[in-house]
Amino acid sequence: MTPSLEVSRLAYAYPDGTQALFGVDFAIGRGERVALLGPNGAGKTTLVMHLNGILTAGHGTVTVAGLPVAKNSLKEIRRRVGLVFQDPDDQLFMPTVREDVAFGPANLGITGEELERRVKDALDRVGMLETIDRPPHHLSFGQRRRVAVATVLAMEPEILVLDEPSSNLDPASRRELAEVLRGLDVTVLMVTHDLPYALELCDRALILSGGVIAADGPTREILSDADLLAAHRLELPYGFAPP
Amino acid sequence: MGAGHHHQLYRAGDTLIHRLPPQCKLAAVAGFALVVVATPREWFWAFGLYVLLLAAVALAARVPAGFVLRRMVVEIPFVVFAVAIPFIGLGERVSFMGLSLSVAGLWAAWNILAKATLGVIASVLLAATTEPRLMLLGAQRLKLPPLLVQIAMFMLRYMDVILEEMRRMRVARESRGFVARDVRHIPVIARSAGALFIRSYERGERVHLAMLSRGYTGSLPIIQDLSASSRQWLIAGMLPGAALVTLLGTWGLLA
Repeated sequence: MTPSLEVSRLAYAYPDGTQALFGVDFAIGRGERVALLGPNGAGKTTLVMHLNGILTAGHGTVTVAGLPVAKNSLKEIRRRVGLVFQDPDDQLFMPTVREDVAFGPANLGITGEELERRVKDALDRVGMLETIDRPPHHLSFGQRRRVAVATVLAMEPEILVLDEPSSNLDPASRRELAEVLRGLDVTVLMVTHDLPYALELCDRALILSGGVIAADGPTREILSDADLLAAHRLELPYGFAPP
Repeated sequence: MGAGHHHQLYRAGDTLIHRLPPQCKLAAVAGFALVVVATPREWFWAFGLYVLLLAAVALAARVPAGFVLRRMVVEIPFVVFAVAIPFIGLGERVSFMGLSLSVAGLWAAWNILAKATLGVIASVLLAATTEPRLMLLGAQRLKLPPLLVQIAMFMLRYMDVILEEMRRMRVARESRGFVARDVRHIPVIARSAGALFIRSYERGERVHLAMLSRGYTGSLPIIQDLSASSRQWLIAGMLPGAALVTLLGTWGLLA
């Protein structure tokens, strides 16, 4: 079966010459939930920006369910890759939750009842249907993050890419989001340095460090390898041991 | 719905006026303003009729007079300007309570005051009966330049976010013992404003990326269909229509 996401020998240097990615290789099968771990500055966000063609690869390829990311495939690629940004205030830019969730599918040309169905369905999947008519800035931070997930679910993506989904969440919101994510039947790539969260949600983990994939394996094994973690500036929280 | 604490101009209600589609109301207010501006300043009683027309709209929308009056403070700068004109105006002068006033200046002041006041009342009524976001959807329907509509929409959405950032910066300043007391503190405030500008600019870039990621191609999709029936256009047309009849009627009487 074609993998949901295939990244092959991806390299990228910023316009100022700073090399951020040095040849990244990995593939994610359909339905997998994978954590992409790495310290700050490892190139995680740069990698994410390549997945839906916001940045264009200097070298190598990104393929989403068989379709390579290229100038003429951007529209379809952006439907297939649902990117959830770290700050929900960046993601939720429309005056009401309904309009925000409808923004993506409406850009795909969906209108009328089908649009309404998609909006309600996406909000229902994250448990936020009752906020549909509210302005996003009146929601709590955790609620806004869940609505942000709904905004990309409404596009019925092939793969959901989450940038630091647990950041700034209080423990209850963090657990609620985990329940939502676990309930979705969609491929997930979760970029994070919250290691317990990765363990809780993802069976498999990748470590991106120094612009290459430094490790790829079951999350439990990776988190149990203290030397590996230490070599890439990753640390488990105090008192935490993988069960 | 959406009547948050910060939409001070909006007064929630469910009257005929509230339910009119925003594009009808926007066009009605613009049409009314044009008729008012076109009215010669000497036709006092035409202006009186315009006030009555607005009063009828306020009544239909159940907007109390006090609500309108409080929101008319935006006009004060114009009032100050208008009051100054008779003093600085040239030409023939009259004496009033020991003050020497220019006749041409008095006419000019009356002209500005009367027309601005009518325009402000009409706008206050529009804002009181139309949610800000609907107003923008109406502007979109009226084919106003889409870029301007989008800018206004983002301003509406991010105003609170930026104000909150400003508040946090102020708290951070004051937590380190800074209190703005006199002009010497202006540079500090100016640097804060600069930092706020850069933060907002960077946020703008991130929002743009988020929009691109969801298929944005330069125009906002029409999500909420706000089509207006000819009956609704007719109702909205009554305000500028009646004003136009007043204008033409007065013209006919004087001719």
